[in-house]
Amino acid sequence: MSEKNEKKFTTISIPTALAEKIKKKIEGTGFHSLSSYVTYVLRELLASMEEEGAGEALTKEEEEKIKERLRALGYLD
Amino acid sequence: MTKPHGGKLINRCVFRDVDLDDANVVRVNADRAEDIENIAHGVFSPLEGFLCRNDLESVLDDKRLDNDIPWTIPILLDLDEKELAGAKEGDTIFLAHENGMVSEMEIEEIYTIDKKKVAEKVYGTTDPSHPGVSMTFNMKDLIIGGRITLLKEGKKPFDEFLLWPKETRVLFREKGWKEVVAFQTRNPPHIGHEYVQKTALTFVDGLFINPLIGRKKKGDFRDDVILKAYETLIQNYYPKDRAVLSILCTSMKYAGPREAIHHAIMRKNFGCTHFIVGRDHAGVGNFYPPYAAHEIFREFPDLGIKPVFFRSFFYCKKCGGVVNEKICPHRGDDIINFSGTAIRKMLKNGEVPPSTMMRKEVAETILGFDRMFVE
Repeated sequence: MSEKNEKKFTTISIPTALAEKIKKKIEGTGFHSLSSYVTYVLRELLASMEEEGAGEALTKEEEEKIKERLRALGYLD
Repeated sequence: MTKPHGGKLINRCVFRDVDLDDANVVRVNADRAEDIENIAHGVFSPLEGFLCRNDLESVLDDKRLDNDIPWTIPILLDLDEKELAGAKEGDTIFLAHENGMVSEMEIEEIYTIDKKKVAEKVYGTTDPSHPGVSMTFNMKDLIIGGRITLLKEGKKPFDEFLLWPKETRVLFREKGWKEVVAFQTRNPPHIGHEYVQKTALTFVDGLFINPLIGRKKKGDFRDDVILKAYETLIQNYYPKDRAVLSILCTSMKYAGPREAIHHAIMRKNFGCTHFIVGRDHAGVGNFYPPYAAHEIFREFPDLGIKPVFFRSFFYCKKCGGVVNEKICPHRGDDIINFSGTAIRKMLKNGEVPPSTMMRKEVAETILGFDRMFVE
């Protein structure tokens, strides 16, 4: 486990004044540390930048086959 | 439409005939066969196979895969020495089930686990009376991690209700649904379920009712009963083209909050943008606080599907309708809770529950079955 933890975290630098502001802001919240808060915010930010999409391009034939099955099962008219 | 979990819908289906006569074939149980098909068809995207140790440890400790993608339930293949039949890391084996499912697996890692730690982390308890803990303690000793390829699909019951993520994604798009709310269930619908679904549907384009079909506990409603009951409800009380009923073949783990996240991830892969989380979601007995499954979502700002939280609905005699504690001030004798236990008891005795609890048509459909419950 210790080996795992060593490779799973890295250090980043932020201005000390900003760090102090964040520490004050997270007092009394569920965040236990500056690191956990910054991790949360960065994950949230990255997720918000995620574009919508199918995540997979179907060929015309594949899509038609799917539609045929959906029609056969009564899901599509 | 929301992207699949991890950004890409996994497709590990390469259907072909395979001669298993001289091959190293491992017979897997129904739960593992379902896992394999769910991996192959992208229900478990971004997983491409059974978890290796680094991912498992990360899931247990951080509720995320090793690459930081949220994941809360370990998907593991457990075998014993005899079943492994000398296969080692780097080998390819075949996994087959009596329903005809055949897949290939590249063994990346063979390892052992601390079952107590897995139970404690996933279920929050090591009490063997918890069905998930008991399942964990009964796992075989070797855990096999590695990518799978589905070569042949197994025959499944109710396959006319079975849609895979690539199909639901086309379906939602064809219906013009941009925002879709998913409802997870393992019970026939009572009035409370209907109100939760309709309240959520009011704010989105479509409702995806996705009952879990698979191994359940003794005393749970049978799958055919749940499906027929929902068909009846939808035909009689839902606007056409606003609700889709489709099954999900996977077993309940009863892991409460962690399983709520898992349920949401699967529905994200089906193309849903919202996921309904009710009281004691995926819970069993008194193992989890009633709204623990609501709390856990706060840990995942990057889940990619929006939870829609509901507290319990009930019938209020004073308000004269179905309400919940957020919108109704009355309590005590003024309200009638939708007690699953009470409804179950009435149905067991052949009684139609009052219309304030269950639609008459739904109750009659259920009563039409000789066997309602898993024995």
